[in-house]
Amino acid sequence: MARPANEAELVELLSAPGPAYELVAGGTKRGIGRPMDATLLDLSAFNGVVDYEPGELVLTARPATPLNQVESLLAAQGQRLAFEPPVAVLEASKEQTLGGVLMANASGSRRVTAGSARDHFIGFRAVNGRGEAFVGGGRVVKNVTGFDLPKVLAGSWGTLAALTEVTVRVVPAAESESTLLFPVESAASAVELCSQALGSTFDVSSAAVLPARGVALRLEGLAASVTTRVAGLLAVVARRPHSQLTLAASRQFWRQVGAAAALERFPVLWRLSVAPRQAARILEAIEPEDFQLDWGGGLIWIGAREPDAARIRAALQGGHATLIRANVEQRRETAAFEPQTASVAALAMRLKAAFDPRNRLNPGRMG
Amino acid sequence: MLPPMICLAQPDAAILARKATILAALRTLLDPTDVIADDLLLRAYETDALTAYRQRPLAVVLPHTTAQVAAVLRFALTEGIRIVPRGAGTSLSGGAVPVADAIVVGMGRFNRILEIDYADRCVVAQSGVTNFAISEAVAARNFYYAPDPSSQIACTIGGNVAENSGGVHCLKYGLTTHNVLGLEMVTPQGETLRLGGRHLDAGHYDLLGLTIGSEGLLGIVTEVTVRILPRPQTARALLIGFSSATGASDCVADVIAAGIVPAGLEMMDGPAIRAAEEFVHAGYPLGAAALLIVELDGPVAEVDELITRVHAIASRHGASSCRASADDAERQRFWAGRKAAFPAVGRISPDYLCMDGSIPRRQLAPVLLSIAELSQRHGLRVANVFHAGDGNLHPLILYDANVAGELERAEAFGSDILKLCVDVGGVLTGEHGVGLEKRDLMTYQFGPTDLEVQHRIKHVFDPQLRFNPGKVFPTLSRCSEQGREHVHANAAPSVHSALPRF
Repeated sequence: MARPANEAELVELLSAPGPAYELVAGGTKRGIGRPMDATLLDLSAFNGVVDYEPGELVLTARPATPLNQVESLLAAQGQRLAFEPPVAVLEASKEQTLGGVLMANASGSRRVTAGSARDHFIGFRAVNGRGEAFVGGGRVVKNVTGFDLPKVLAGSWGTLAALTEVTVRVVPAAESESTLLFPVESAASAVELCSQALGSTFDVSSAAVLPARGVALRLEGLAASVTTRVAGLLAVVARRPHSQLTLAASRQFWRQVGAAAALERFPVLWRLSVAPRQAARILEAIEPEDFQLDWGGGLIWIGAREPDAARIRAALQGGHATLIRANVEQRRETAAFEPQTASVAALAMRLKAAFDPRNRLNPGRMG
Repeated sequence: MLPPMICLAQPDAAILARKATILAALRTLLDPTDVIADDLLLRAYETDALTAYRQRPLAVVLPHTTAQVAAVLRFALTEGIRIVPRGAGTSLSGGAVPVADAIVVGMGRFNRILEIDYADRCVVAQSGVTNFAISEAVAARNFYYAPDPSSQIACTIGGNVAENSGGVHCLKYGLTTHNVLGLEMVTPQGETLRLGGRHLDAGHYDLLGLTIGSEGLLGIVTEVTVRILPRPQTARALLIGFSSATGASDCVADVIAAGIVPAGLEMMDGPAIRAAEEFVHAGYPLGAAALLIVELDGPVAEVDELITRVHAIASRHGASSCRASADDAERQRFWAGRKAAFPAVGRISPDYLCMDGSIPRRQLAPVLLSIAELSQRHGLRVANVFHAGDGNLHPLILYDANVAGELERAEAFGSDILKLCVDVGGVLTGEHGVGLEKRDLMTYQFGPTDLEVQHRIKHVFDPQLRFNPGKVFPTLSRCSEQGREHVHANAAPSVHSALPRF
């Protein structure tokens, strides 16, 4: 195992010949992707908030800073991460880190209206597989100077570079929130209700479908405004909710949605990103034992006994499926990330080689 | 004195010598009327909105289909010919300025909206559709496309993708990159790719996110899928005058700190206020040293409450005047002066240069002071308009191109402003792009390794470096004054000189 204490040591480690490394800080996402035969590269020394001034709506921190610490710091100033990083699905008891969330582009239920982790990731310092320290993006929210490198690193699962510092955009936290739960008749009608709500002017911030709980619509904002909008929304959808969750109960509900807690009992978990209108058809084709929908139907979580990747991927028409939970043997045999068309895959390979020509960072994880 | 003349990429004499055969070949790939080589007709394509730089290309092609784009690009690949992609040519940074030996691929014929999907809240459009046409197409159902660059009636969605365009509402609604779900593009290798789709996020590397804002260096976008949003129930604006820029910028900081995210948060300084007021009579307070326009949108209940809160914050910061729009006509009037700021400045000065730096919000007041000092030092007037909410500055440098040396002084002044932005923790460009204009300043913001990393990405897509050469990345050898023609803005208007800019 290697544990560089600072960027200079990381540069030294990666510029000298040496083994391939598996990048780890919090370790909550090690179970995602193809298992790697690599030496551990412990990045937990890159810890701590570097700069946070609430008036700037940006925060700069070292990537191994625990997410909880970032969120508490923000909450104390009435702010938050807009993309609502979800509780780590695999290892909820461990501390996930800000950098880990960005490298996985992990976004929660509010993503459908507020954007993803990648959308709020505006700048970084990092060391690539060649051992070069470099920067991408900046510390200001509006920036089109050069290629948008934070987009490239977000969701790259540590295969291109090791982050040493990150800057994210933050937003004011909502004063109040309320969640309406409606009965689920069918997946199709549930998605329709979500689409109607998200397409309304009542600023619905999240829309999920949990077969056991209902169609959930969340409204956030000033307390008086939430009350008025709930009334307006109910008039438009012309349906009665079977229950309404407010404040802490609502927040708790969405934490569980983000963690796909309802599917915890399944040994295999898939996460599909699709056009919302396709959700019902896909579910019909897959016939999962259990599922939940988020992002108004655009995110499908599927709980299963076996990966059965062929069946899952055959049901897609566009979008992608990612294997989130499976045992080691299954992860060796199944491509966790959606296979790409030949020409896109060729570009992806060349991109990997541009950053990490000797394949020293998380080798094979996304392959 | 900086910058030295920005030079255009040098043409390859061998390509120029083969012009006739190249044209003949292009005329077999496309309808001959879609291949433009006539010198007079080429003039329409010799520049974009950075009109000081002009260069006629070898030819302009106007393909109608993705297959035709791919055919042209494969031909160019085989022949080693360079390509300059072009949308409507509204770039303020010279992104679409041609190169003498290049084929300009004009995407104007890609002008159809292919599908509107209200259930999934997206629109699929060919890349030459204008930004505004998308909003217009979904207006009847009360939807719109959020990014609204000031050139939106003319600029194309493909150009927006290339530049990652913003607009006055991006503080709340984000830039192009936050609002594009998918695209079809043809690579320099002539391959047609689909990136993204109607779903959210990438399943592997985010090549879509990389392509957006790549300034035509990585390929030609032929089709774009954008997210559309329900139009907010209401929008109201506050017009707030201050006797000092510090008061205004403190007010901006406090609005943000109070947890309010306005749809638009604009600031103008004294010279900009007076120029705009004299031009459009929007009712701006002429004595004010700074003016804020704070627009709030959303559900009525929310907006009315926030208007009250912002009003209170403004009063605490010693606002000299504060008016809330009572109806939409009044809100539009508040904006009229701001939207006319560029032409208004054009009335008080024969020429102006529009800069586009981005800074941390806390630096607004000190940077304004420094710009005033630089104005003294360079002996040129400046009027400042800002997207204050996200720290994006548009200082307008006033000069007279007919006075020997003034353009050079204006460019040196502009260059100093952009360096100042970088010095205080900001960046060279917030929304206009690097293009030609800021290319030679890239080394001020980025170190050699940072640029090398970006250059390698360029190589991934375009190993022969044939796409939009001479843009974004500084070249090692600076040329002499070749390739640059000095143009008086009023004397030689570009095709888009009537376009609103703000």
